[in-house]
Amino acid sequence: MSVLYLVLPLAILLVGTAVFAFVWSVKNGQMDDLESPAIRMLYDDEGAKVTKSPSRQTQDGATDGIKAR
Amino acid sequence: MTINPHLCSHCGLVVPTAFLQANNPLQFCCQGCETVYAVIHEQGLDRYYALRGDANETGRPVKLSGRTYAEFDEPSFLALYAQRRTDELISVHLYLQGIHCAACLWLVERVASTMDGVIDVRLDIGRSSVHITYAPAVVRLSHIAQRLDSVGYPSHPFRGADREFLRRKEDRALLMRIGVAGAVAGNVMLLALALYSGMFSDMEAEYSSFFRWVSLVVTLPSVLWSASVFYRGAWAGLRARLLHMDLPISIGILTGFVWGAYNTIVGRGEIYFDSLAVLVFLLLVGRWLQQRQKRRATDATELFFALAPSTARLVDNGIVRDVPIESITPGMVVEVRPGDFIPVDGDVTDGTSAVDCAVLTGEAIPVWVQAGDKVNAGTTNVSGRLRIVATGTGEQTRVGKLLLLVEEAMRKKAPIVAMADRISAYFVAVVLVLAAVTIAMWWSTDVGLAIDHAVALLIVTCPCALGLATPLAVSAAIGKAARHGILIKGEDVLERLARKGTIWFDKTGTLTEGRLSVSRWVGDDKWKPIVRAMENHSGHPIARGLVAGLPEDPTVVLSNVRETFGGGLEADFGRQKVIVGNPNFVQARCGGAFPDWVTQLLDGPRAEAKTTVLVASEGIVRAAIELTDPVRHDAVDCVRSLETAGYQIGILSGDDERVVSTVGSQLAISPERCFGRQTPEQKLEHIRRAAKQTNTFMVGDGVNDAGALAEASVGIGVHGGAEACLTAADVYLARDGIALVADLVEGSRRTMRVIRRNVLFALSYNLLGVVLSMTGLINPMIAAILMPFSSLTVVSSSYKAKTFGAKP
Repeated sequence: MSVLYLVLPLAILLVGTAVFAFVWSVKNGQMDDLESPAIRMLYDDEGAKVTKSPSRQTQDGATDGIKAR
Repeated sequence: MTINPHLCSHCGLVVPTAFLQANNPLQFCCQGCETVYAVIHEQGLDRYYALRGDANETGRPVKLSGRTYAEFDEPSFLALYAQRRTDELISVHLYLQGIHCAACLWLVERVASTMDGVIDVRLDIGRSSVHITYAPAVVRLSHIAQRLDSVGYPSHPFRGADREFLRRKEDRALLMRIGVAGAVAGNVMLLALALYSGMFSDMEAEYSSFFRWVSLVVTLPSVLWSASVFYRGAWAGLRARLLHMDLPISIGILTGFVWGAYNTIVGRGEIYFDSLAVLVFLLLVGRWLQQRQKRRATDATELFFALAPSTARLVDNGIVRDVPIESITPGMVVEVRPGDFIPVDGDVTDGTSAVDCAVLTGEAIPVWVQAGDKVNAGTTNVSGRLRIVATGTGEQTRVGKLLLLVEEAMRKKAPIVAMADRISAYFVAVVLVLAAVTIAMWWSTDVGLAIDHAVALLIVTCPCALGLATPLAVSAAIGKAARHGILIKGEDVLERLARKGTIWFDKTGTLTEGRLSVSRWVGDDKWKPIVRAMENHSGHPIARGLVAGLPEDPTVVLSNVRETFGGGLEADFGRQKVIVGNPNFVQARCGGAFPDWVTQLLDGPRAEAKTTVLVASEGIVRAAIELTDPVRHDAVDCVRSLETAGYQIGILSGDDERVVSTVGSQLAISPERCFGRQTPEQKLEHIRRAAKQTNTFMVGDGVNDAGALAEASVGIGVHGGAEACLTAADVYLARDGIALVADLVEGSRRTMRVIRRNVLFALSYNLLGVVLSMTGLINPMIAAILMPFSSLTVVSSSYKAKTFGAKP
């Protein structure tokens, strides 16, 4: 039974990790929307998204006045 | 996908026969659907229809706005609503209209993300909002918005980002507390299981003490951090000299924990950590559910709020362009087209038009304005194009000042003491007395035992089920109400509404349709199609009422139709010259006095409650038409059922007293409670005075009602109401019609019955616990079983209850 002294703290450590992971995910906004990701995942296999990079030159000054937040 | 020849290929509704196209597998019910289908098909996105079919969803007919969204590219727009991510990327949050099913998610994200320069598109279905990250160097926001519009999702700027930020922070904090409390509860229960089985199998004292110590350590974060919301609530209540439900909860948790910790240290007696951990977890979940339902209602109202126009047409050196309303300053000239809201207070510089001021004044009949006249922000331009030089914008406008009144009234609104809190006051007293009695009873036997039993009593009576009784019943009811088209923004609204009192209705647009329609025709019927054909040339609301209410005859051919500002229309019909207009205009054109039947009609009873239009030709009055703003068809039933339920009904309107009393008599409302000619400030004052005597509720749709809505115990905003009214109202009716008010009141009363039943259950469980612990029969295991059992009863009773949408 003395193995308990080792196993129990280990188990609690494991729980602590899980709680930490949960708190981290909440803080990162992963729990903000509980509906859409469930649906989005169903469509994920519809061909890989084209990767794009903002490469072209500025067309005009349409972005003047935006506060960097 | 299967195509039914008679159903629209896009939205699945029945195609009107006039639109049926022979020998075409594709059929469309309207132009909008056809265009959207073409766009979706062109971009190879036909899979949308298959996905929608899988989800068993049908589409909705689309009305294309055809907007250019040019204002989305204005620097001032981006400064207000966009955020810069990196040097090259901007992210913006938009509300999308028309989101209704899972396939929408696919279509929106696919359509937008295939555009060059769009980096990321995330739709939040629950909130109908989309986050777009894009590179402004490559693509313009207006093009993205146009693309979304082309498949049937018009976008609107997301206002109130700061509020959203605060709300999200609050939601996340509660969720983290729940996460910790849940992990603690699960693990402490496992430890308790070991201890309970040890009770029967004689666990060695060394191990049982180890388990108890571990339980204590594991429980700490839950009791000290997760449960601190209850301590704060209880303390805030005590400071405000109010007994709150949180107080008995806090007493139970803290005494249980302190005594359990003491027993762990001295190594004897009971620990209650498992019960406490589960208690904290369940109570937090109950609060979270309630908060979530409330948020949903708020989000849905804000969606309506976002639909309100946010742009104005600025006239800049002769060029008209769309800019955000916020960027207009006094002195600027704006153009307002027919059907648009007037965005500023100002003076008309050019153009003539009828302006519908009902939202501000409650008058059903529009006012004629011409160059030099003043107009107010928030009113609607009905018939002609106007140019207005702004004199007041934002908070300086009449509407802005009224909104300040609204805010003040909302701040001052007195909280009500909810039923659960009223009970908790007695509850605390009774439990403390019983604990004292228990100690006294057992004192002579053994001091330690006396304290043990008293603590056991405090823990089993800790009102878990009682604490869940109200939040669960309310959140279930708010959810059901939302599906029924009633959006409830506050948790205590239902309890307030269930208390009887006086319900004050606004008239124009609330009890009545808010538009004119033909109520009486005197004269020869042969003039009807001629009048209709003439009125077709005018955009005035009276003309629209006439067009809707008179029969059409395509053979009527008119020539030389002329409209006179504030007067009427003239036209040539064959060789006859026909005049249709208000009595003064007709008299001026015909000359001489009216025949007797016309003067009788004009001076007759209730003359103020209606608008009379005369038809004349060759100098003779041929017919007279009376137009009224008709009472909504469901208003009579609604008023009657509210009166049967024991509520008093009254009218507060800005319109003329005589009009108000006519509507009052049609609805059988007592004349002492029909008030006309009320300014927005008077309405507010009236509600304030009435609230001193009885519970007052207000139902309204206009800006002029907003103050009264905020001041009333419960303010109910009617579908189609002005933006200010949405902000001020506690309840918003998302469907047309007044019948929902009766449903709302009925639903509130049912919900209160559910709450009462829940409380009764909870109290009887507590009574059982009291008896068991006072007689010393209870042990922690029985307490651990009893508590979740009572909570379960309350949960199932809340969710199974028929509150809203139930047929009596």
